[in-house]
Amino acid sequence: MAKTRLIQRILAALGAGIIAFILVGPIMGLKIEGYDFVANWTSPLTLAAFVCIARLVLGYVPLDRIRHSHSDTAPRQTKRSPVQVAALGVLLVVLAASLPFFASKYWISVSIIALIYVLLGLGLNIVVGLAGLLDLGFVGFYAVGAYGYALGFKYFGLGFWGALPTGALMAGLFGAILGFPVLRMHGDYLAIVTLGFGEIIRLILNNWLDVTGGPNGLDAPPPTFFGWEFKRAATQGGVPFHEVFNLDYSPQVLDSFVYLVLLAAVVITIYAVMRLRRMPVGRAWEALREDEIACRSLGLNHVTIKLSAFMMGASIGGVAGVFFAAYQGFVSPVSFSFFESALVLAIVVLGGMGSLTGVVLSALFLTMMPEFLREFADYRILVFGFAMVLIMLWKPRGLVQMRRPYFGLRGN
Amino acid sequence: MKQNQPALLQVQDLVVGYRNTEVLHGVSLEVFPSEIVTLIGCNGAGKTTFLKSIYGAPRPRSGKILFRGEDLGRLPTHQVAKQGLSLVPEGRRIFPGMSVLENLKMGLSARAQLEGSEADLVWIFELFPRLKERSSQRAGTLSGGEQQMLAIGRSLMARPSLLLLDEPSLGLAPLIVRAIFETLKQVAAEGMTIFLVEQNANQALRLADRAYVLTNGRISLSGVGLELLADPEVQRAYLGGH
Repeated sequence: MAKTRLIQRILAALGAGIIAFILVGPIMGLKIEGYDFVANWTSPLTLAAFVCIARLVLGYVPLDRIRHSHSDTAPRQTKRSPVQVAALGVLLVVLAASLPFFASKYWISVSIIALIYVLLGLGLNIVVGLAGLLDLGFVGFYAVGAYGYALGFKYFGLGFWGALPTGALMAGLFGAILGFPVLRMHGDYLAIVTLGFGEIIRLILNNWLDVTGGPNGLDAPPPTFFGWEFKRAATQGGVPFHEVFNLDYSPQVLDSFVYLVLLAAVVITIYAVMRLRRMPVGRAWEALREDEIACRSLGLNHVTIKLSAFMMGASIGGVAGVFFAAYQGFVSPVSFSFFESALVLAIVVLGGMGSLTGVVLSALFLTMMPEFLREFADYRILVFGFAMVLIMLWKPRGLVQMRRPYFGLRGN
Repeated sequence: MKQNQPALLQVQDLVVGYRNTEVLHGVSLEVFPSEIVTLIGCNGAGKTTFLKSIYGAPRPRSGKILFRGEDLGRLPTHQVAKQGLSLVPEGRRIFPGMSVLENLKMGLSARAQLEGSEADLVWIFELFPRLKERSSQRAGTLSGGEQQMLAIGRSLMARPSLLLLDEPSLGLAPLIVRAIFETLKQVAAEGMTIFLVEQNANQALRLADRAYVLTNGRISLSGVGLELLADPEVQRAYLGGH
């Protein structure tokens, strides 16, 4: 028994090696020199040998056991009491808020980007995780928020604080615009249409030179604190922040400020989503994900439920966009490519669809990870992809399996 | 004796179809308050289409659907559910990821006022004690029979004046079907009107006060449940008798 299995594994490994060699041999082994080919088989052979060994090792990984370690039955009940959870939450927020007081400028900016993705993940989580509508064009709403701020500043003199609600509103409106045509769509079809929507927004931003500046992008002003600017010298008539509070000027103050406001926005969003999930509208989103026909037969209007999910998710994306624009000081269509949508979707899926803790963790992980991997230089994204594959093998339902608040009778 | 009251549900000459195919060719039937009426028929006779057209999906081509004397014809689906009808859909269609209690509470969305919903919950748990035992369990982990009980309980939470059931016996063991039908009888005894669409003619006819037989989109027979059960035509077509 054991012997045949060993032989099977060796055969599989050899097979994988041969396939790898056939695939990469011509690409890596043949080099063009002038008009001639020069064959150099060492590198493809090394690679094939590597694949061969890797396949052999994979044979000893108990994939089945890893994959089926989650049972569908018996939901895990939350064991911690609400007071403990709240205390833990406060502790984490305080820890996060203290970051700008000791971390370097580099880590503050990395954290800002990470928090922006947390916000995006939370937004998409409503659409994909809770309402079950696969949206591949989420970056569109992010772009609406960011450009809403930049354009609002350019044409109407809109400030950061005004842009936050307007950006959310505008993105919500775009969410509704997208929602209407896709009301009758499900699954793959919905994904394709939303993918198109995201691209349409990017293409409009890229090509409408007169208004959006096209590929040249637009400026977005940094935020102010009650009208005091975070500059060395304020624009005419104003007083800069550091003079008001008798501090030495430091460019890091602006980043710290953005970080703290963003952290507050993330905390508010997490709290809001937690509340929403316990309210009828949140319950309706989940019911829609579970069974649309049952929903309608119970008198729930699927139109308003879908639209509200799209709009709520989109507004959170819009807020993330405003923060992005304010932090970068500049927006251009390049920042809103399909890759961003895919990354945000990866955050939601990797975190465990519907799970708030999971989304936050995976957003931090996916944005911080490439930073930690800088040592690998050119192979950074490769290692990054590899890590993602490993996680999905290890936890196919995401880092944190969704823990819904399960309601039962008291005393049960 | 029940029939001297005005009909609760009155369907007149209902014609329904999908694209080029006409499924129902003028179906008329009536359901009076606090009776159990069943509509039986074979595969493809149009039973489910009939129920769906009450909810406006698909919309009837002609004919009238009057509920308490008012036409349901142009109402959107979710509005129909709020008029006092509640459908237990074919194949149960519970929300598998939610707990049993949450599933029941979803039924409240079609309810006119929330008053008395606590008492109804107690009542439903009396009807189906299994649901009470499992109130905090994920609904998807229930057995088929329990899921059917949950689907019925969820519809009852809406406090409808007319309960519509689409093949509640589907895929269930005969013993469980009997238990569920017993409970339906109990529900009806408390004054609920029930309209049951079934393929399981034997059980349905024993339960029902009156019955209609749907054949190829037309009502071919109607009468008192037990009399139809003895009818040689019904025996031959639906009960496998000779």
